Amino acid sequence: MKIKGRVWKYGDDVNTDVIFAGKYTYTIKDRAEMAKYALEDLDPEFTKSAKPGDIIVGGKNWGCGSSREQAAICLKERGVGAIIAKSFARIHYRNCLNEGLPIIISSEVQDLVKSGDELEIDFESGTITVAGRNIKFPPYPEFVQGLVNDGGLIPHVKKSLGLA
Amino acid sequence: MGKTFAEKALGRSIGRQVCANEVVTVEPDFCMSHDNTGPISRTFKKIGVKKVWKPERLVVILDHGVPAPSSDHAVNHKEAREFMREQGAPHFYDVMSGGGVCHQKFPEEGFALPGLIVIGSDSHTCTYGAFGTFATGIGRSEMAAAWATGQIWFKVPESVKITATGRFRRGVSAKDFILKVMGDVKSDGADYMSVEFHGDGITNMSIAERMTLCNLGIEMGAKNAVCPPDDRVLEFIKGREKATGWEPLWADADAVYAKQFTYDLGDIVPGVAKPHTVDNYATIDEVKGTKIDQAFIGTCTNGRLEDLHAAAEILKGRKIAVRTVVIPASWNIYREAMHDGTIDSLLESGCIVCNSGCGPCLGAHMGTLAPGEACISTANRNFKGRMGDKDSFIYLASPYAVAASAIRGEIADPREAL
Repeated sequence: MKIKGRVWKYGDDVNTDVIFAGKYTYTIKDRAEMAKYALEDLDPEFTKSAKPGDIIVGGKNWGCGSSREQAAICLKERGVGAIIAKSFARIHYRNCLNEGLPIIISSEVQDLVKSGDELEIDFESGTITVAGRNIKFPPYPEFVQGLVNDGGLIPHVKKSLGLA
Repeated sequence: MGKTFAEKALGRSIGRQVCANEVVTVEPDFCMSHDNTGPISRTFKKIGVKKVWKPERLVVILDHGVPAPSSDHAVNHKEAREFMREQGAPHFYDVMSGGGVCHQKFPEEGFALPGLIVIGSDSHTCTYGAFGTFATGIGRSEMAAAWATGQIWFKVPESVKITATGRFRRGVSAKDFILKVMGDVKSDGADYMSVEFHGDGITNMSIAERMTLCNLGIEMGAKNAVCPPDDRVLEFIKGREKATGWEPLWADADAVYAKQFTYDLGDIVPGVAKPHTVDNYATIDEVKGTKIDQAFIGTCTNGRLEDLHAAAEILKGRKIAVRTVVIPASWNIYREAMHDGTIDSLLESGCIVCNSGCGPCLGAHMGTLAPGEACISTANRNFKGRMGDKDSFIYLASPYAVAASAIRGEIADPREAL
């Protein structure tokens, strides 16, 4: 799988409250509706004009804070192609994979890009191409790859229980 | 080579020795969820399984928006109620005087037991480590999958050892200590890891203080946080146990740690976390005089009886200068505080006392903030927009410091008010 998209670059410790605000967690139930509020308290420009296939690049500890899965859902439904960060907070990391939203840990990419750059990810070869450079990233552990291949946790569980 | 607490607890659950960084699949002893039970039940139904693997292992406690502040919230509650009935699941804590904040009620009701594995669809599930429980937060899909399969995977975490000796000085509390620790470890310093609290400084602490410490574990990125399951824990759980087969477990003296930190509690001073991150530590001296518009005492971090007592000790015979919202963490605490006169004393000072629940902590209701406003709060998060408007400001502090600041209308040193 290859993804090509425009970069939205952010800093360290972007928390789940600014990705999807707590005040919406029990009032917005429709997944597509959640996408309209993605990153509202971090970057209103993203909320207004992000396009399907765009790629988020963050610093360390992306997605810290609450366990709210809407922080992954709103980005997935917005069409975000992937999130690349120096590190991810644990619960959000699992939530993204469980929602079938590709995430990549890279210590280099954030320092090389600026918002608006074109970036390409080749998942087969584990390569990110940006600013004329090829950056390698490791494959997911096997059991995580299984989740990703099935499109997230719920389809994966359905399949493993023979209910797909 | 010795074992850490996490290695022992996860190893015990699957019946063999495990080491940090290996991946294991375990059967959870309890699954905690709150108002998000409604959405989780919808996801569960999509899987196509009719019955939860073991309905008696579900613990559902409504607290995030109680009583329902909108019809959307009410629909969530209704779905949770109906699901628990359909499943014949017995452990349901509805919007009634038997309820309260999930992380207070869960231990109060005897579900937090030493050595057990607990998952919760709330990041502050790590609070139950105060009872020697391996407890960690997960998302909604994972909870739905765990209900269906009775299984969840974990990477056995590496561990961080935090050792505390001595005792606090007057006007200083467990919250001041953990905010200082946050400032040192930082928001990602324990990412994916298990945080162990060691030393006589910890075993000298009350159960409430230990809950405050473990509650903040997630703010360092930790998978879980844990205190020793000593006699004080065993005494607390006696007569409440909702499960058998639990076992006090603790790290070996020669266990291996990724990081270690050591503190003398006598050196800790009143402190705050400044906006907009929990690791943005400052001593109270550095922020003294900062104007505030609201004070908030409550939450799973600091809404217990001794927290209300600390606030009342400062407020007694004095009047507040800014609106002050007090929310006892459970109705049991509310009633105890009513019977011993604490509630009346707080009302006499001008505080308002709301019903047990999460209140304004996550910006839902009962004290949200307007643009430009600042609040000093005993909660665990000060993220931008957390308590309402994105242009408001939250300072996290101890119940002593919040009460002292409420009197002055600006951040104040509680040691000067005692």
